Amino acid sequence: MSTHHTVRRFDEELRRLDTAIAEMGGLAEAQLAAAVTCLLKLDSATAREVIAGDARLDALEQDVNAQAVRLFALRHPLAEDLRLVVAALKVSADLERIGDYAKNVAKRTAALSQPPPKSAASSLRNMARQVQEMIAMVLDAYLRRDAERADAVCARDVEVDALHTSLFRELLTYMMENPALITQCTHLLFVAKNIERIGDHATNIGEMVHYMVRGERPSADRPKGDLSSVTAPPAGNGGQ
Amino acid sequence: MMVGIQARDGEGLAAAPEPAAETAAVKFSARRVSVFYGAKQALFDVDLDIVDRSVTALIGPSGCGKSTFLRCLNRMNDTIEGCRTTGRILLDGQDIRDSDLDPVELRARVGMVFQKPNPFPKSIYDNVAYGPRIHGMVRGRAETDALVERCLARVGLLDEVRDRLHEVATGLSGGQQQRLCIARAIAVDPEAILMDEPCSALDPIATARIEELIDELRANYTIVIVTHSMQQAARVSQRTAFFHLGRVVEHGSTEQIFTNPRQARTRDYITGRFG
Repeated sequence: MSTHHTVRRFDEELRRLDTAIAEMGGLAEAQLAAAVTCLLKLDSATAREVIAGDARLDALEQDVNAQAVRLFALRHPLAEDLRLVVAALKVSADLERIGDYAKNVAKRTAALSQPPPKSAASSLRNMARQVQEMIAMVLDAYLRRDAERADAVCARDVEVDALHTSLFRELLTYMMENPALITQCTHLLFVAKNIERIGDHATNIGEMVHYMVRGERPSADRPKGDLSSVTAPPAGNGGQ
Repeated sequence: MMVGIQARDGEGLAAAPEPAAETAAVKFSARRVSVFYGAKQALFDVDLDIVDRSVTALIGPSGCGKSTFLRCLNRMNDTIEGCRTTGRILLDGQDIRDSDLDPVELRARVGMVFQKPNPFPKSIYDNVAYGPRIHGMVRGRAETDALVERCLARVGLLDEVRDRLHEVATGLSGGQQQRLCIARAIAVDPEAILMDEPCSALDPIATARIEELIDELRANYTIVIVTHSMQQAARVSQRTAFFHLGRVVEHGSTEQIFTNPRQARTRDYITGRFG
């Protein structure tokens, strides 16, 4: 966007949309980080704060929706302006969903009676860090209108999917070895799935950024690395 | 639904899902068209294909040459003192400057509707019957009556004026007058209709009725419309050409032009960043 709109207020309104998305992105990333941290530390007090914090994301999404509808109605955005407003609408929905998943992770803190097995905790932390980086990177790509950076985020989702598949296997193994861990590990399976889904939403955002900048969807089908839906328990170990 | 982007500038644009313009029938083919008003050049080497039986919108800021180009298509510029045109325009493959093609016959084949409704100061009936009569297309009262009714019905005016066909046309509302002018244009069975800002003097309801009519007419006619309203271009056309400083900057499917223009100047114009 080299030049300004003749109607300066239009520029201002588009900037406000960016500001709201930036705030949502920062919040979503922080919610995820806090949720995983309190889960691994069994810190219920912080978990409650994370749960309460989700309302702010919901409100911001409503705000972006209202702004977008207003822009459609009053400014009739076209070309890159049109794509920007459509992208803001979709990206805000993805960020709101990310907030929901983070909230769900925080909620499970109350259900865990003991800290997760060390190696599983470390895998979860690792996955969450990767996904946080994806959120930060994709927001940066959004604000800079950088399609390449957005594509790079989408490419990273494969790693997250692979981490999820391996954690899934690991947790299955724990459960078979020690049925007393089934409740805890089931919660951790959901947590892992939530984080994996957050990665998918970050990828969606990356695809929207690509569309916003280039005016077309990213070309190639991105590779999928999540094999957890076809993963069976290790053979010969309690399997029938 | 849309016909494709014409890769004039050599870009492949292979990802476009629509069939290429080359596969759609071309009604008008303009090549290196330049127009001079005295010493002032208004159009510079315009190359543009107009697809048959579809609506092409010409957009651009005032003075960009879009109306000048429109008037080239039925040699209306020839009626302007000191106006000179170079280059070629083919209508169904025939040069419209061909000595075999009388400009009067050309203008029957390529009708025109103007910004301000301009019915003849005659009755509603005579406005429609005039063209067919002088072109010898109708014989006798019954045949003329039938044609007038058919044309008025085609533009959705018949029910509104059935009882006052012989009253003077200038008594109609602006929107009715404009639809009458379209009825008058189609009465001589043209192949194409040129419209120069046909709705700019009309209220939103009359505008919507004209736009609806344009959408219906494109099944039978090639329509080229000059409009200052980007929304109107987006609503009524399948293809859009953006003119600036006497040149065609970009030409493509309307959807592509309004969602993803390839040229910075097109983008700046349609997003309101001009100048």
